[in-house]
Amino acid sequence: MYSFILRRLMIAIPTILILVVFSFVLMYAAPGGPFNSERPLPPEVMANIEAKYGLDQPFLMQIFNYVWGVVTQFDFGPSFQYTSRTVNDVIAQGFPVTLTYGFWSAVVALVFGVTLGVAAAIRHNTWLDYLAVGISIGAQALPNFVMAPILVLIFTLWLGLLPGGGWNGGQWQYVVMPVIALSTSYMASIARITRSSMLEVMNSNFIRTAQAKGLPMHRVILHHALKPALLPVISYLGPAFVGMITGSVVVDVFFSTGGIGQFFVNSAFNRDYAVIMGITILVGVLTILLNLLVDILYAWIDPKIRY
Amino acid sequence: MTLKATLRASTAAALIAMGGAALADGHATHPVTGATLATEQVFTYRVLDEHSSLDPGVVEDVSGSEIVRDLFEGLMNDDADGNLIPGVATGYTVSDDKLTYTFTLRDNAKWSNGEPVTAGDFVYAWRRAASPELASPYAWYMSLMAVEGVDAVIAGEAPLDSLGVSAPDDHTLVVQLSTPLPYFVQMTTHATTFPVPQAVIEEFGDAWTQPDHIVSNGAYVLSEHVPQERSVRVRNDMYWNNDATIIEEVVALVINDENQALTRYLAGELDRTEVPAGQYPRLSEEYPDEALSFPRLCNYYYTFNLREDGPEAFKDVRVRQALALAVDRDVIVDNVLAGGQSAAYTFTPAATADFTVPSVEMAAMTQDERNARAVELLAEAGYGADNPLAFEMLYNTSDAHRSIAVAMSQMWKQTLGVEATLANQEWQTFLEARGNGDFELARGAWCGDYNEASTFLDLLQSGSGYNDAKYDNAEVDELLMGARTAEEPQINYTRIEEIIAEEMPVIPVYHYAGVYMLNDALMNWPVDNVQQNWYSRDLYKVAE
Repeated sequence: MYSFILRRLMIAIPTILILVVFSFVLMYAAPGGPFNSERPLPPEVMANIEAKYGLDQPFLMQIFNYVWGVVTQFDFGPSFQYTSRTVNDVIAQGFPVTLTYGFWSAVVALVFGVTLGVAAAIRHNTWLDYLAVGISIGAQALPNFVMAPILVLIFTLWLGLLPGGGWNGGQWQYVVMPVIALSTSYMASIARITRSSMLEVMNSNFIRTAQAKGLPMHRVILHHALKPALLPVISYLGPAFVGMITGSVVVDVFFSTGGIGQFFVNSAFNRDYAVIMGITILVGVLTILLNLLVDILYAWIDPKIRY
Repeated sequence: MTLKATLRASTAAALIAMGGAALADGHATHPVTGATLATEQVFTYRVLDEHSSLDPGVVEDVSGSEIVRDLFEGLMNDDADGNLIPGVATGYTVSDDKLTYTFTLRDNAKWSNGEPVTAGDFVYAWRRAASPELASPYAWYMSLMAVEGVDAVIAGEAPLDSLGVSAPDDHTLVVQLSTPLPYFVQMTTHATTFPVPQAVIEEFGDAWTQPDHIVSNGAYVLSEHVPQERSVRVRNDMYWNNDATIIEEVVALVINDENQALTRYLAGELDRTEVPAGQYPRLSEEYPDEALSFPRLCNYYYTFNLREDGPEAFKDVRVRQALALAVDRDVIVDNVLAGGQSAAYTFTPAATADFTVPSVEMAAMTQDERNARAVELLAEAGYGADNPLAFEMLYNTSDAHRSIAVAMSQMWKQTLGVEATLANQEWQTFLEARGNGDFELARGAWCGDYNEASTFLDLLQSGSGYNDAKYDNAEVDELLMGARTAEEPQINYTRIEEIIAEEMPVIPVYHYAGVYMLNDALMNWPVDNVQQNWYSRDLYKVAE
């Protein structure tokens, strides 16, 4: 097990390097640059700026310097767009925001999704099943860019209960709507995955045995069926969790949370190379780590899986 | 030397003294209007995007400049009508050859840490703005101001102290220009020319503008900044005219989506927001006291590519004329934009100071006459049913730009049988393509850097880096040069507009309007300041 974890972490290093190089190349291949503007800069001004940010150096040198800075000093460089801040500042400010509402979204999606899925499976083909399926299909069909304005319309404009956006240090009133908007479609997916996998498990022999022994239903479900039924949910949850905590562009932009998703998109539009790289690496590392965590959880839940 | 300006300082001082008295007594009434003031004086407004910087020498965007104008104060300020009033300078004199400006600085101006603001702070700031080390994207502004020696300093070929700005004593600032510039003093209301605190910058480097470090000399200081979410500024007790300030706190909220911003405005979270395109008629009916539209100093146009390797068709002036004539601008401003914008037949907006729109022929015609003339011209140029004109029109991705492009291409198709294909590109890609001449017909827009016609007409000067058409007319160049020293530059500008109307290197489409929702309790918004150089310290809220 430990050697498995170690091996996976070793593989992560070249994976991230490939990610860095690939992103770098794509980024530079995009037309335009961070300092293009409506008003083209005089060549001498442009030369000064390029010298300041090291953009006048050969391409390979730039990649090398960048990687060197990250590895040796954990320095992701200065933001080209927001001159008084470094990429580390940008991430330090934006990531806690998305982590907060992303974490709560994951909790909400998991709790409601699994409950809904289990309820639907054990009351298969009853009104409860149809209701649960209906809710999850409805929730999945409602994209968050439709969901967000509807929430604002109801809770802000009509009821006047919640502020229409902002973050304000993460007070709960400001977190509610981003969490609902972000968790809904994840919840729907989790409900559907749980339902179908639960149905499969409930029809397997060991459950039939448990029922034949005369165990009460809640015991069969909680102690025997739920754990194996959650395996597909867990493999879904790894990448989904990364998606949630690194922020949704729609949620960030719509609710003006100041989260990292907004920085990511804006930096791509502004060709803010350093910020694009910083966030790409962050998302990459989180994806690798959470996938590793999923694999470990797998082994813990399913005794058939051994590394 | 001729004494030029004391600038109505006495009136201003009187008003200020009254303001101080009224507030000090705790009478919550406005010193001039007598209106009862609201107890909470907080102004909250929406900004489209996070500001690029709060460093006066570096800031390049509108939302950043708005904040910087509150935090710092330069030599001169704008009043509500866009006229110059004293800032840190109480007045100035200009030499007979119009090359030397001597500013007298007030002796009570202070930084927020209590240190006096001196002429040396300006010298430091100007040298810094031009320095290769700072590498400011706005270094070109110093060059536009024609400060002596600036280009060599920017290029790193001359030391910083060779820049034509000096401080003979703490309260005198002398600026040497390399060429006379009638609008030079106007340019000192811009952030790039504001003083900066040397000691603080040297201590904290790039991080000096963060709320914990920043020291500023304007009516407000920065108290909080959460990037991409909000920035908050509160009144500066050290400001020389602090007694006249009424708004206590100013909050700028970053809201990317303008419809979401409007919703939050309607929910009472904001005092000001922009009106999304097309929604002004509805809002002005529902909220007549809050929906505002007023002229802005910006134009919107399409530029032909007139380079050697550009489209052959556009080299024929009759084709350019025909296309310009066949655009029904009234439909665009009244039906597509519907926000009080005005149809443009000249490049320079009518709102520009000291500029009278010359009577160009096209403006006087009806649209039917224009269309008839356009059909004739295009036929003369050899295009018609058997040889249809086709080209691509390029704009940057945006709903409003697309609507306008669709409308224009339909007008051309219906009137002239012209096939205009629409192409849109994301902003950075668009800038690259347009700058490299990789287009046939491209969208352009310009907001004046200062309130004078040359800020627009310079775009058509043959050597200008912003002349995307690569339009080259020796007479225009000469007239522009002459306008710099002319007693009445208006004559030159009129002639240039006539030449543009004849040769049509660009198609002016409309001139901008500022279209806002503004809380009706917020008073004194400078709607007549076409550059929208507003200062929070001029605003106040009345009790509802």
